[in-house]
Amino acid sequence: MTVQQHLRKADPRDHRGANRDVVLTVDGLDVATRRLPLLTDVSFRLTRGERVGLIGESGSGKSLTALALMGLLPEGVHAEGSVRLAGADHDLVGASEKQMSWVRGRRMSMVFQEPMTALNPVMRVGKQVEEGMLLHRTQDSRPAARAAALDLLARVRLPDPASAARAYPHQLSGGQRQRVMLAMALANDPEVLVCDEPTTALDVTVQAQMLELILEASVERDAAMLFITHDLPVVATVCQRLLVMYGGRIVESGTVEQVLTRPRHPYTRGLLAASDLELVDEAGRLRTIPGTVPAAGQFPDGCVFRNRCDHEVDRCTTFPPWAGQQEHGFACWNPTGEDVRA
Amino acid sequence: MLVQVLRRLAVFVLSLVAASVLVFAFMAVLPGDPAQIALGVSATPESVAATRAAFGTDRPLVVQYAGWVSGLPVGDFGSSYVSRTAIGPQILDRVQVTLWLVLCATALALVLALPLGVLAAARHRSASGAVVSGVSQLGIAVPSFLAGILLVTVFAVRLGVLPSGGWVPPAQNPGEFVRHLVLPVVALGVVQAAVLTRYVRSAVLDVLREDYVRTARAKGLGPLRALARHGFRNAAIPVVTVLALQVATLLIGAVVVERVFVIPGLGSLLLDGTANRDLLLVQGVVMVLVVAVLLVNLLVDLLYTVIDPRLRAG
Repeated sequence: MTVQQHLRKADPRDHRGANRDVVLTVDGLDVATRRLPLLTDVSFRLTRGERVGLIGESGSGKSLTALALMGLLPEGVHAEGSVRLAGADHDLVGASEKQMSWVRGRRMSMVFQEPMTALNPVMRVGKQVEEGMLLHRTQDSRPAARAAALDLLARVRLPDPASAARAYPHQLSGGQRQRVMLAMALANDPEVLVCDEPTTALDVTVQAQMLELILEASVERDAAMLFITHDLPVVATVCQRLLVMYGGRIVESGTVEQVLTRPRHPYTRGLLAASDLELVDEAGRLRTIPGTVPAAGQFPDGCVFRNRCDHEVDRCTTFPPWAGQQEHGFACWNPTGEDVRA
Repeated sequence: MLVQVLRRLAVFVLSLVAASVLVFAFMAVLPGDPAQIALGVSATPESVAATRAAFGTDRPLVVQYAGWVSGLPVGDFGSSYVSRTAIGPQILDRVQVTLWLVLCATALALVLALPLGVLAAARHRSASGAVVSGVSQLGIAVPSFLAGILLVTVFAVRLGVLPSGGWVPPAQNPGEFVRHLVLPVVALGVVQAAVLTRYVRSAVLDVLREDYVRTARAKGLGPLRALARHGFRNAAIPVVTVLALQVATLLIGAVVVERVFVIPGLGSLLLDGTANRDLLLVQGVVMVLVVAVLLVNLLVDLLYTVIDPRLRAG
């Protein structure tokens, strides 16, 4: 089945997440080191089978959001707020290692960005795929897990699953390794799949195949997916809803169509203009967002984007309240396009 | 894989040959004629010449080298210039003693350093980790001979619980053997353990930051299990490297510690040979030490390919 067929199949029942089963609820998630705030008031919901894109430039906090959901924040970085997973009787923020071990890899799994370093170089690929199933007892014996691993490797379309299982990671290409990562993440049929730039490190030719696989896998399992990327064409292919992140905050949300065709936040508009290779300025140069993403802790007070924004007004020195609903809204005092605030 | 092993073995043999040339050449350029020294200053030129002929030192160096090196593979190191007895059996005797020391010290170092290093890495932000790091730093600063003297002062002189020195072969009296072994092994091993602890700590810390350990955590493995299953084997590579380098240090340490504890090992044999200007004996002992170091390096190189599949060709 092609990507388009998948999308058509999935289309009639999406876009209005509110009526479907909510799988993951993130509410007021703050992540910070002892001195620096890194994420502020991140809130969103994922419903079953829904594919949500999290977009923004490097350094805006996308990967950190993913790690916070998985409870895998680096040392010295702490989360506050609430992350609730349907079926789990505890909040994932502040959960014990033991509680999180039950969630990770079973209910919620993650595909990382770097296939070259994310696999253990001294362990055979098959064993790395089997491990999660044996750990969570979704396969009760080693032979069963081995068979299941071969099946998974075949389903991510590795040409020769048996020899791939016997191989060490360095014997596989980047694309093949990312397929292995995906097989590992899917091993226990998780309800939530977090993909952190899963195609960024891959050749363009391999990217499309990988996206199709990810899409197929999430549709087959009816798994909710949080797809992190800075690549807008990718997001338009894979996702139904979008969250735009900047400076550790969600600054705009909506369906792919709403966000990509009628952006309200100047940052979203800047992102779109920057990815449009036909849009040039008076001097014939490609559009960019002026300035660069500041380092953590260096964002301005008030609206985090105001030092790079051409729409700044006096009120921007205080952070704008969220306008609209959680599923479709933005945080800006002086949005572009029509004003829903009035 | 087989080609790789054979190639490494060839390098080992070539290193042995090169080492034997160096050791022989080094002894040959030392000033002093062994025959003259053996007979004393009042010897007549005729008797010196006769002794030289008996030692074989009147022959060209190349012939001397060939004679010496051809005996080595069968354990014939020639005869001592001083005692006129065969050197091979003496070395064999002493090697066993030093081997006990070095192996036990290495074992002690590993037993102490592996858990402490892992602990220091896993707890590197808490007090226990800092304590381990601090103590190991202190341990590095103490040389083996000083540790030996301190140990003798406390356990042999003050408390009188262990002998201050000497050696009892294991076959003669196992209990006494162990009692005599404890202090020298501790003196050697604890210092090595301190060094090794720091390397284990940094290797484990590096591995903990690796993406694949995070992947393992994302599968649902707890932090310790992720480290044990995915970290240790990767961390072993730098640790094994350091361990191999340490064996050379241990051999040098053994020379000194054997002197402190009056142990009849290779180290004492080397020092005695040097004191008596018994050049052929010194040459033999040095060669044995060099072979030991080369052998350890060979083993480590082969071990790498066992640990890390990326180093296996084809």
